[in-house]
Parts: sequence; C-alpha cells; structure tokens
Amino acid sequence: MPLSSEQDIVMSRQAVRKLTHELKFSLVDQTKMVTAASELSRNTVVYGGGGEMRWQVLTDGKKTGLRLAFEDRGPGIPNLDLALTDGWTSGKGLGMGLSGSKRLVNEFEIRSAPGEGTCVTITRWK
Amino acid sequence: MERIPILQMGRCLLVTIQVDLQDQTALQLQDDLASRIEKTGARGVLIDISALEIVDSFIGRMLAGISGVARVLDATTVVVGMQPAVAITLVELGLSLEGVRTALNVERGMQMLQTAEKEAGP
Amino acid sequence: MKQDNAAIEEILTTHEEDILREWLADLTSSGSRRSDGAAASLTDGRELLHTLRAGIRAGADAGQFESAEAWAPARAVLDTLSGTRAAKGASAGETSHFVLSLKRPIFKRVQERVGARPDELMNAIWLVSTVVDRMAQYTVSTFQKTREDVIGRQQQELLELSTPVVKLWDGVLAVPMIGTLDSSRTQLVMEALLQRIVDTGSELAIIDITGVPTVDTLVAQHLLKTVTAIRLMGADCIISGVRPQIAQTIVHLGIDLAGITTKASLADALALALRKSGYTVTRTKS
Repeated sequence: MPLSSEQDIVMSRQAVRKLTHELKFSLVDQTKMVTAASELSRNTVVYGGGGEMRWQVLTDGKKTGLRLAFEDRGPGIPNLDLALTDGWTSGKGLGMGLSGSKRLVNEFEIRSAPGEGTCVTITRWK
Repeated sequence: MERIPILQMGRCLLVTIQVDLQDQTALQLQDDLASRIEKTGARGVLIDISALEIVDSFIGRMLAGISGVARVLDATTVVVGMQPAVAITLVELGLSLEGVRTALNVERGMQMLQTAEKEAGP
Repeated sequence: MKQDNAAIEEILTTHEEDILREWLADLTSSGSRRSDGAAASLTDGRELLHTLRAGIRAGADAGQFESAEAWAPARAVLDTLSGTRAAKGASAGETSHFVLSLKRPIFKRVQERVGARPDELMNAIWLVSTVVDRMAQYTVSTFQKTREDVIGRQQQELLELSTPVVKLWDGVLAVPMIGTLDSSRTQLVMEALLQRIVDTGSELAIIDITGVPTVDTLVAQHLLKTVTAIRLMGADCIISGVRPQIAQTIVHLGIDLAGITTKASLADALALALRKSGYTVTRTKS
C-alpha cells in the first residue's frame, strides 16, 4: 500500500493490525508488529519522501509469519551502523525508531545507501 | 482533522485519547493543552490512554513533551491507563518516557494530582 | 493385476462377516487388550474393511497410500481409530497390531480361492499385504502426531501453571518464580502479571526469585524489563528472595538494578509493601 501522507501512517497501522489479528498473533505480538510498522511507515513518509509498504504471509512448515517491507526512493541513510545504534537522531526526536523497531521483530533487514533510497524488511513469526 | 477535546475539572485538565492519532492531531493536542494550561492556570493534567492500543515513539515523545511543557507552566501531568501490551512494547522499543508520571487509572491519577497540588502549595 | 483386485474385492464382500469374526477372535486370543470393548472394535473393523474394499475396487496403488485420493476414506477411518485409541492410552503397537491382524483371515481365503495358481496367489497376497502394511504404518505415524500434540499442550499448561499470580493483600500482588528464567517464561509472567495489575488495580507487585537458581546478565535483563513495564503502567515492583549468593553475583557482574527495591525474603517484601500502601500491622495480645 502507498505511504505518502500522514494519513497513510495511520492506515498502515490499521492494515497491519488487521493482518496480525487474522493470523492470530498474540495481542502482545500484534502490538509489537503494529508499533514497528508505525515507526517504519513514518520514516518512509517523513524521511524517505514517500514510498510503499508491502506485506507477505509466510509459512515455513509448522510456523506462520508476517513479513513487511518498507521502501522509499528517498535520500537514503549515509551511515547505517550509526543509525542502528540507540539514540541516533537525524530530525526531531528520538532517532528514527530503527533500533527500537529491530527489537520488536524476529528478523530485521535494511538496505540503504545515499541517493539510493531505503528498504527495511521486518518479519515476525507466530 | 479532529481535535481531541480537553475537559476541565476544577484545577485539572482531562484528556481522553480514544482514536488512533494522526501525527498532526497529536501535535495539535500538545499546542491546545499548552494554551489551555496557561489560560486556566490549571495545576494538573490527566491524560487517559486506556483506549490506546498503540503507543509508538511519536506518541511517546508527545506525552513526554506535554509533561515537560506542563512542568514549565507549573502543572503536573499524569498519564493513566496504559495497556499491558503497550507497556511491554514500549520497554522493548527502549522508550523510557522519562519525566512522565503514570498511574493505573483515572481515580489513582486524580489522587496523584491532588497530592501533588497540596505539596506544591498555593 | 485387475483380476487380483476383482478376486480380492469379491472375497472381502462375500466373506465380510467371517473375516471380521476371525479377526476379532485372533485379537482376543493374542491377548490384545481391547480398551474400548468388543462392539467398538467390531464397528471399527467393519469400517476399515469397507474402505479397504473400496480402495481395491478403485484399483488404487498401495504405494500411494498416504496421498492417493482413492485411499482418503481409509485414511479417515484410520485417523479416527488411531486418535480415539491414543486418547484411551493404547500404544502405537496395539493399534498397528489391530490393523495387521487383518491379514491372516484375508490370506486364508485368498489361498482357498487361488491356492492352486501360485503366481496369482503370490500377487494377491502381496497386494493385500502391502496395503495392510501401509495402513498399519499410517496408524503409527498418526498416533505419534497425536501424542506430540498432547505433549505440546501439556507443556503449555505446565508453563502457565508454574507461574501463578497471587493476591497477597489489597493492592499487592506476588509472583513466585520457580526454575530458570528464560525469555519465553519471563514473557509469559510479564503478560500475566501486568494483566492482573490492570484487572485488580494493584499498585504493588512482588516478584519472588527464591526459586530461581542463578541470576546472570540475561536473567537480570529480563527482570529489569518486567519492572520497567510495571512502572510504565503506574505501579511499582519489589524483588524478593534475593539470596546472598545472588546478591554477590549481581554486584560481581556489575548489573545495575536501576533503583529497584530488593528484599531477601518475601516476608520483608510484604512488610514493605504494606507500609508503602499505608497499612500498619499491630499485634493484639489475646
């Protein structure tokens, strides 16, 4: 789904809530995933100049999981290592929520380079 | 865009957040509260988040911001009704909400505000 | 092949009652415990025979027993059979024995029918044997799966039972932690405790770690997270049951307990909790 306005951040939260609810994630896991989505959606809209969120339901034998990808064509992140440490700030506020989001999910992948945009992929297993 | 209503009860301002907040709505709330505190000379602000299922870093910063501004304007802020799932997620997120006082529910929150007011003096 | 199928099918139809009777007689004489009585075994047996017959009539390949559509009814009957017997405590051996005992009555009649023609006899027996073997194998794997599900459920229950949240007093809850504190345990405790705090409006929670053998950095982290969450919600926490060795380990590891109150015994923690809640305990001499 597209992420270009503030409204979309709210929509992405609702979409992820619906997805995790349907997949019968526990309440805490739902909350963690929705919160992570909120952080990353905001990054995409505010710092990435807009982009999109994609989702994919995964089944690995017995396990079920949800994978979300947040992609933008924005300025990209110059120093990834620094961005992933706690408390790093680029705009107002408590850092870009990247390091925090990382802790909320089981798998976290980020691809970004200056001028090439950013793509963050997160996965949560039931 | 909706505005969150602010109720006045004596020397306290009450805010109940019941909707999924858009970023702008949150910022508007911060501004509205600041001017209401100033206008009414309120000594306490109670923010009820028992209906909030998600508190991300933006909302967290908003709450911390309100708390800070209120303190400068000589008012105490209490955030009440945080849901367990939200608390667990916030801890994992690493958001400490430093300087924000919390209480389990509105009743306790009001008690806290009254105690704070008494201690602070006239 | 088709001829054999037809022949076997005919045997199964014509001699159904006899086969059933002999089968059950064999089972009794072999001392197989029929955990659910003769009537149930009869019904099970009859159903199984019918599905066997149907499969053979359809010319289904015995080698595809687990997947072929034609064997689906047979699989369904075996699922129920295996499931109910497992629930009643029968072993995998007993259930597969039940299925395998089907061979002798059928072989007997096959021999009566085509005994004079050795090739046909061989093919027919091989066919029946393969199918019945696969059926027995199927019951064993289904049985195992059912047991695994039961074990999984019991493990879950054990996990939940081992961390009860108790109300010590108005507004004071306690959780006795027993055993090793790993992240899944702690998560469970955290959720249960936080929910109870909200439900009861208790402002104080005591986490007793008397039953926790070791506290390392990871365990301490888990405890810290729990306490932080409790405080975020507007309640507070006391950790009790801190033995001298644990206290030493904590200091040694340089773990910062960030202003969390700790007490050596649950009794001390309760006393503190009551004081904090504004209660005084006086003793009235009788």
